Amino acid sequence: MSLLSTRGLSKNFAGLQAVQNVDFDLPEGQIRALIGPNGAGKTTFVGMLCGRTTPSVGRVSFDGKDISHLPAHKRINLGMAYTFQITSVFANLSVEENVALAARRRLVGPEVTAHVQEALQKVDLQDRLDQRAGDLSYGHQRLLEIAMGLVQNPRLLILDEPTQGLADSEIEAFKDLIRGLVPQTTILLIEHNMSVVMQTADMVSVLNFGQILAEGTPAEIHANADVQAAYLGTG
Amino acid sequence: MTDTTRMLVLHVAVLAALFALQFVLPAYHHGNLARIMVLASYAIGFNVLFGYTGLLSLGHALFFAAGMYGMGLAIKIYEASPATALIAGIVTGIIISLVIGALALRAVGIAFMIVTLMFAQVGYLTVLYFGEYTRGDEGFVIQQADRILWGIDLSEPTNRYFAALTLFSVCLLVTLRMVQRPFGKTLIAIRENEDRTRMLGYDVFGHKLAAVVVSGTISAAAGAFYGLLFGYVGATFATVQYSIFPLLWVLLGGTGTILGPLVGTLFMFYLIDLSSAVTSAYMLIAGVVLVALTLFAPQGIVGELRKRFWKGLP
Repeated sequence: MSLLSTRGLSKNFAGLQAVQNVDFDLPEGQIRALIGPNGAGKTTFVGMLCGRTTPSVGRVSFDGKDISHLPAHKRINLGMAYTFQITSVFANLSVEENVALAARRRLVGPEVTAHVQEALQKVDLQDRLDQRAGDLSYGHQRLLEIAMGLVQNPRLLILDEPTQGLADSEIEAFKDLIRGLVPQTTILLIEHNMSVVMQTADMVSVLNFGQILAEGTPAEIHANADVQAAYLGTG
Repeated sequence: MTDTTRMLVLHVAVLAALFALQFVLPAYHHGNLARIMVLASYAIGFNVLFGYTGLLSLGHALFFAAGMYGMGLAIKIYEASPATALIAGIVTGIIISLVIGALALRAVGIAFMIVTLMFAQVGYLTVLYFGEYTRGDEGFVIQQADRILWGIDLSEPTNRYFAALTLFSVCLLVTLRMVQRPFGKTLIAIRENEDRTRMLGYDVFGHKLAAVVVSGTISAAAGAFYGLLFGYVGATFATVQYSIFPLLWVLLGGTGTILGPLVGTLFMFYLIDLSSAVTSAYMLIAGVVLVALTLFAPQGIVGELRKRFWKGLP
């Protein structure tokens, strides 16, 4: 069954139709990649899923419940986690406190420390607990974002361009990490890096001019002529 | 010793020093310090909102005055006992901060500053409007007979000093505990990055409202004690000047530090006191020192100490 679905979801910004009438279904336990050219409406679309952006029309449901009218923090508490496209860690706080803030939503006391350590270990930042988050390199801040997502132990993890700015070796580690999370966690991945999409995603949705252009397995999408014309540019 | 324990020891040591000072200070400074401790409690309240939550209110005089008038009018009109009157002042503070918070927090940034400023003006004009009860600008005196709490005469300097120290200790320890707990850490997260905090699933509005209530209640408690300890309730304390004072004290002492409010209040009080002994243009000296401090220690005195020497200071 679908963990997340949308019906007729649209967003207009003063005449610009950023997202148009999107029907989207994400089955539980899947890794779904959402791709599309810059300005296709990807970030706006996931913003409406997690409550950062108010839709102009349409419905969002999570786990069979209509969540269209819930504020962002309540949606997160239902088991969504969202990592930001533009790195948005707490720059003045320590790496540990960044992850602890995410962990304290569901844990208390000594359990927090244990889970923080574990999450940081997964992204290989365990040696930087006391470092100020703002002093980390850009790539490490991206990894910290991911750790903040992981520690929430979400049912749905929405990752907005997580590999942007990562080194090749870090990208390889990221692929393994993501694959290790399913089927307990369902993943929605906005990604520009095609190798990540091809090697991790079960299914791919392509967004173009605010509409779903195509959906299918990575191989199908790769072979789709419309997608090639719109996005891949390899036609 | 864990960090938490070490910080508790440090802060209790400061309180112990204040306790000990009572026995050695000459009468003049003794009286000053009692006043400073009450005003520093007010600054602690302000700091909860400004320093830890990142919300700048320009209308905190409203909360200070709410406590003061809640206490004063309970004695003047209802002939309440000092204990009941203090509680009345604090409860007034809770109610007012809850209502003002719920309304003002609908605005953000500059608008929040303006809205709080306007509400405080409404408070000030309300005091003047009900001059029949409040005696407006002139204010009213709380008689010595009404200042005897559980047989302790609060107009007597030693008792007054201990009452001020008690208030200050409670405010300091409560806020210290608060910032070490998840609630306080969430407030700091909101200050640092509100959008991110929301997207971690925290109810940002609820936390901000709680911060306004904690801040307003501490400010009101300080106002109620000030009126009772020094025997006077007047409209001056509701003016915009008394909204700006805690901002200055906290900026000088160090925003978002537990000891900053005390250090800032102490510094400013004695800066004016000492410079006015030298010249009648004392505000000139005070002004230059303030500018210098802002230039060379932009994080305030305790803030600079934390930055240079003591990273873990809460």
